[in-house]
Formats: sequence, C-alpha cells, structure tokens
Amino acid sequence: MEKNKQDKIIELIDLTRKFEDGLIAVDGVNLYVRKGEFVTFLGPSGCGKTTTLRMIAGFDKPTSGKILLNGQDISALPPNKRPINTVFQRYALFPHLNVYDNIAFGLKLKRVRTAFESKGCKPVYKMKKLSKSEIAEKVGKVLKMVDLEGFEKRSVSTLSGGQQQRVAIARALVNEPEILLLDEPLGALDLKMRKDMQLELKEMHRKLGITFIYVTHDQEEALTMSDTIVVMKDGVIQQIGTPTDIYNEPKNAFVADFIGESNIFSGTYLGDKKVRFIGQAFDCVDEFEKNEKVDVVVRPEDVEITDAESGLVKGKIINSIFKGIHYEMTMKIGKTEIVIQDTVEKEVGETVGIRIKPDNIHIMAKEFSSNKYDGYITKKNTVCFGDGEFECDVCQLYDGSHLDDEGYLITADGEKIDLTDLDVKVEVGLKDIEITDDQEQGGAIGNIVSIIYKGDHYQLIVRTDENEEDFVFDTEDTWNVNDRVGVIIPKNKIKLSLVTEQKK
Amino acid sequence: MTHGCEEKTPKISFRFNRGQLCLPYAVFLALFVIFPLLVIVYYAFTAKDGTISFANFVWFFTDMSMIQVLLQSIAIGAITTVVCLLLGYPVAYVLSRIKSHRRGILLLLFVMPMCINFVLRAMAMKELLDMIGLLGKYNFLNTVIGMVYDFLPFMILPLYSVLIKMDKSLEEAAADLGAGRAKIFGSVIMPLSLSGILSGITMVFLPSMTCYVISDTYGNGKLRIVGKAIDKCFGQNDINSASVIALVLLVIMLLVTLFTGGFSKNDNTRGVEL
Repeated sequence: MEKNKQDKIIELIDLTRKFEDGLIAVDGVNLYVRKGEFVTFLGPSGCGKTTTLRMIAGFDKPTSGKILLNGQDISALPPNKRPINTVFQRYALFPHLNVYDNIAFGLKLKRVRTAFESKGCKPVYKMKKLSKSEIAEKVGKVLKMVDLEGFEKRSVSTLSGGQQQRVAIARALVNEPEILLLDEPLGALDLKMRKDMQLELKEMHRKLGITFIYVTHDQEEALTMSDTIVVMKDGVIQQIGTPTDIYNEPKNAFVADFIGESNIFSGTYLGDKKVRFIGQAFDCVDEFEKNEKVDVVVRPEDVEITDAESGLVKGKIINSIFKGIHYEMTMKIGKTEIVIQDTVEKEVGETVGIRIKPDNIHIMAKEFSSNKYDGYITKKNTVCFGDGEFECDVCQLYDGSHLDDEGYLITADGEKIDLTDLDVKVEVGLKDIEITDDQEQGGAIGNIVSIIYKGDHYQLIVRTDENEEDFVFDTEDTWNVNDRVGVIIPKNKIKLSLVTEQKK
Repeated sequence: MTHGCEEKTPKISFRFNRGQLCLPYAVFLALFVIFPLLVIVYYAFTAKDGTISFANFVWFFTDMSMIQVLLQSIAIGAITTVVCLLLGYPVAYVLSRIKSHRRGILLLLFVMPMCINFVLRAMAMKELLDMIGLLGKYNFLNTVIGMVYDFLPFMILPLYSVLIKMDKSLEEAAADLGAGRAKIFGSVIMPLSLSGILSGITMVFLPSMTCYVISDTYGNGKLRIVGKAIDKCFGQNDINSASVIALVLLVIMLLVTLFTGGFSKNDNTRGVEL
C-alpha cells in the first residue's frame, strides 16, 4: 500500500472524538485516502464510521488528532471552507426550494477567480460570482448525469425516494468537490433501487475521478463498490484492505463474521502448517506459534463436499435451504455445526465428508485468551473489578496462607496482613464466566454487546455501564444482543495475583 | 313471534359521527361568539335612538383623537412585535438546539412569566420601573417594556415549536455547500421557520394593540390605546361608539391575519407549485 506521498488527498492522524457523555466514538484512527479512490467505512451502527465522516466534513470537531487535506491541517476549518461535499443519509434537501434551486444552492455561493481587463497592462484578478447562465449550464449538466432532466421546477417533496437521492447527489457533485462524502446514501431505498444506484454511483466515480468516501453498514454494498474498505468497530479500525483482501484474509473473527457468511471455529495451531479444529488436523498456509490457540475461519463456499469416506471429516447434513444459485446446508460434526454452500444439494440426514483447501483456511490470532482486570480486595475479602464485586479465594495471593477468624490473612510465616484495598491483578478464563437473567444474582451487571458464533459455541461480550468493562466468554446458550444480564464467576475460577511483586 | 321474521331488538347506538362531536362547541360558539358579534354589528350601525345610521363610523374616522389612539395602538403593537421577535428568535433557536434533557427545563424558565398571576406580575413590573426611575417619565417606553415582558412567551413558543421540528441536517447541508452562518440563517433557517414567525407575530401584535391593562399600569394611565378607548365609551354608556371601535379593530385583525398568511391554503409552501 506504500505509495507516493503526493497521492494522499486526505490523511487522518490519531483522530479521536470523545462525546460529552464520555463515549469515545472514534478512538485514535490513522488512515489515508488516495486521490480518486473509492473508500468505504464499514461497520455496525455505533462503530464510529459516521462520526469519522462528519469530522472530515467539518460538522464534528475532533477531540484530538489531525485531518490533513493535501498535506494541510483542516481540522479547525468550518465545513463551508472545505472543498468537500456531502450526500446526507436522509438527503437533507431544502424543502422550501425546488429541484433547480436545491442544486444551484452551492453554485450561487461560489466565488471564482476571474481575470478582468484593466487599463492596458496586466489583467486584475477578482473573486466573482458565477453568472446565471453559468449556473444554469452546470445544473443542466449535472441533472442530465443523474437522469433528472426536466425536473428543474419540481418541488422536492413531490419526488420519490430514489429521485430525492439523485437530487442530493447532484447537489453535492455540481460543486465539483475534491472529495465526495456519502453517509449511508442508499439506506432508505428498496433493494432493487439500491442495487441500481450502487452501480450508478460506481460509474459516476469512474467517470468523474473524484475521491469518494462512503459510509455503510451493508457489507455487500461495500464489497461491490469500493476500492478500499475500512472495517471499524468501537471507534477502532479493524482492518483496511481491498474487498478481496478483506473477504479472503479477514484479520480477526469480527471482520470475518461481519463480512459475508463464515464459519468460525476455535482451533489449535499444531506447528508445521497444520491446524486442528472440528476434531481434525488440517493443512494450512499460515504460520503461528506451536500450540497457540487460534480462530479459524472457513467461508461456506470453500467447503467441498465429498463421499463420507473420502473427506477429512464426516458429518450429517441437518438442514438445507435453497438460496437461488446455491444450497446452503448445515452439517453437524459431533457438537459442531458447519455451514456449507454448494450448487448440488445433499439430502438432509445424509452422511457426507468434507475437505477444505489449505489456502481457504484462514487462521487468526485469538483476540482474547482470557479476561484481565485491575481490581482491589474489599474489607469482606471479596474482590472488586469490572464494575462489580465477586467472592474470591484471597489465600491464593500468598502460598500456604490462611484466613483467621477476623478475616486477616496469616501467611505461611505467621505474618498477619490486612488485605483491605490491596490492588490485585485479576484473570478470568473465557470458559469461567456465566451469565444470568437475574441481574442481582451476578457480581456485575451489563449488556450483551456482541455475539459471535464459533461453530459449536458463541463468544459473547458483556459490557458494564459505568466504566464499560468487558467480560468476554464462551457459552453454548443462546442469548440476544442487548440482553441485560448479571455476570457470575465461580469463586475458584478467579485468579488473583499481586500487582507489585511482594514476598510470597 | 313468528318464524322467519325474527326482528332484532334495535340497539341504542352511542356512536357519533365526527361532525356531531363538534356540537357542544357549536352551541357555545353561537351563544357566546356569534350572537354578541351580531349585537356589536347592530349597535355599530345604529344611532342612540335605534335608527340605522353610519354616523358612528363618520365619528370614528373624523375624530382626530380617535385616529391618534388607533395609530398609537398600531405603533405600540408593531414595536412590541418587532422587539419580541428580535429577543425571542435567538432564544427559541438556542433552546431548540440544546441536545440534553435540560432543554425542557430551560424552555419552562423562559415561558414562566405566563404562569405567574397577571396582576401580580404587572404590579411587580410597575414597582421595578418605579425603582429604576422610569415610571411616569417615559409612558410609551414603559408600555412597550411591559408589553414585551408579557407577550414574549407567545413569540418564543411558536418559533420554538417550528425550529425544534426542523431537520438539523439542513443547516449542515447548507454549511457543506459553502454557506456561512449568516447565509444559513437567511436562506435556510429563516424561510423554513416563517410559519412560526408569522404565528408569533399574530399572537403578539393583536393582543398588544388592545391590552389596555398594561398600558394603564405602566403608562401611568396617560397612554390611550384602542382597548382603553372602548372602555371609556362604555364608561360613558356610549355602546354605539364602542361597537364601532370593536368592529374596526376586528377588520384590522382580519387584515393582519390575511397578511401573515393565516388564510393561505398551503400552510407549508414548498418550492414552486406545478
């Protein structure tokens, strides 16, 4: 991706936006966009993609960091001073103006450097308004481009959603911006119209050569249109790459899950380009530490169905859905499910084998191997961490120690220690957390913010309100995102260690 | 009962059509609005002895003091309206753009004067004017101050309710297209809040022309506006003259409403009509 510096039209450096309520919408984003590129910010709602776009447009001021346009810091410039135009999510057409006046709005404000003849010698330059005929010509041209000729006098409220969308695009493009920002512009259109507009936008981008920065939560849209996709989550960039890169080589389980259908499994890297998952060792192309726990991603279309005997693994087909061009089948191998797409249908109940080519097995380092927190011991010898309070075994802090009747810790040497307010490091494994609907029963309370299916179990993240502490864990139970739950951790599963190395 | 012709006992229906729901108000309207209006018209066009005459109108439009009162009322109404608009618009705009829940509380603070007893409020204001030494010296100014104080909430509320409904991204769109703050206001916010401005004007101009309690209280009783003139005629038992003044006032109100677009069919004029 290393290219000539001159190529960068816009560059974001450590861009951060913190809202008044403490929410960090965008967290240290570093990114550059090359001239003429079609870049898409992709992510679920609340991932910071729109806020990033709004900062580029100038509607939001970054809390820290810089926005460079052609090498110049523009983060303090108001939106009207930036050579950037925006197509808004819900169009934001001026309801009191007709189509023509909506599109001409920007042109009427524009001043261009024009040469005036002065007495004989050099021409004098002045900033001059565009003439009526110049404006009319430009508006006519752009209306033709968006296929709305003859709509000049129409009131915008009489237009259909698709037509309003075209007016919004025309209104932005007529100003010949250096960068066109599009904030989920097709979100309000129906599927057919959306598909058409995707191609039209792509075509406009090709013809005009303007840099497009596009925001969407629709992965298919991003894959169809973009030169480069920036996948975001929780205000942080997860991966930047071409659509093919992102689809074929997702960097982590989140990207794999968000982009397209995928099977995600927990596996172990065995060394020598072999990885073990769904109970079998597979050849792969990536290299990791021997015995490292990894996430394995396999796209449904990359699974080949074979005879029961000639495959690497065999299992039973448990359902099959016709999807138009292929069948989507689910196969059960022991407790694990794997989704397969194939043009040939297998009977439900049939036992078949599967094979996966080494380069279709994508291995990613596990994001979490355990939850780690900073905590402290309370008077009652419980431990506070992750916005909650949990029962724990404090004796593990000192080998051979025990508690006396009053709750003081007696070390192996017979020393008496008051543990109250002692800072500790807390570690909890992914399999050691349970959640319950009875919030009061849990040591901490939070909402489920993410659920990723990993073949035979779900990986959930429960986030607390106060300090947004995350509890990441695996479960086989089905929950829903946004469920409010209590977090339960068995006493013996909380591993404590001292912050500063003291004598043991 | 014979077979074959079982008649259902007719159920008493308590269903109303929509028109019938308005019936109670229609009765009220006829009794207390239309009938008195007819009485006013009758008195306006009759002389003291009951014969039909236009003498009352001739009197109204030839009596210099009456014309002066009318002009004075219009001046007070107009100045009050302009001041209310200038003070109220920025407040309504800022209030409508506050993001947090504090908005409701702040709005309440601004319209609070409406909730305080009118007489109490008037007396307090009078004391205040007396304290700073304006009372008795500047009757016209004091009256305008009093009117603005009393009618400002009636300007803020309609403006606020229009501005709060305005899509905020329209302002961003205008800025995005190169408009500075003044331009955004002039070509987007102002035109789109026009209906609020007009209803604010109607709500302030008409009452402030006639509310003689305020002009009496703050103007030290020296300033006469049309409301006071009617009161005075009644005091002299001259119902006919009072009716004429009331009728002229009614016509002015209709004209103002007409002018501010109160009768226009499409309240929300959007773009060019086809």
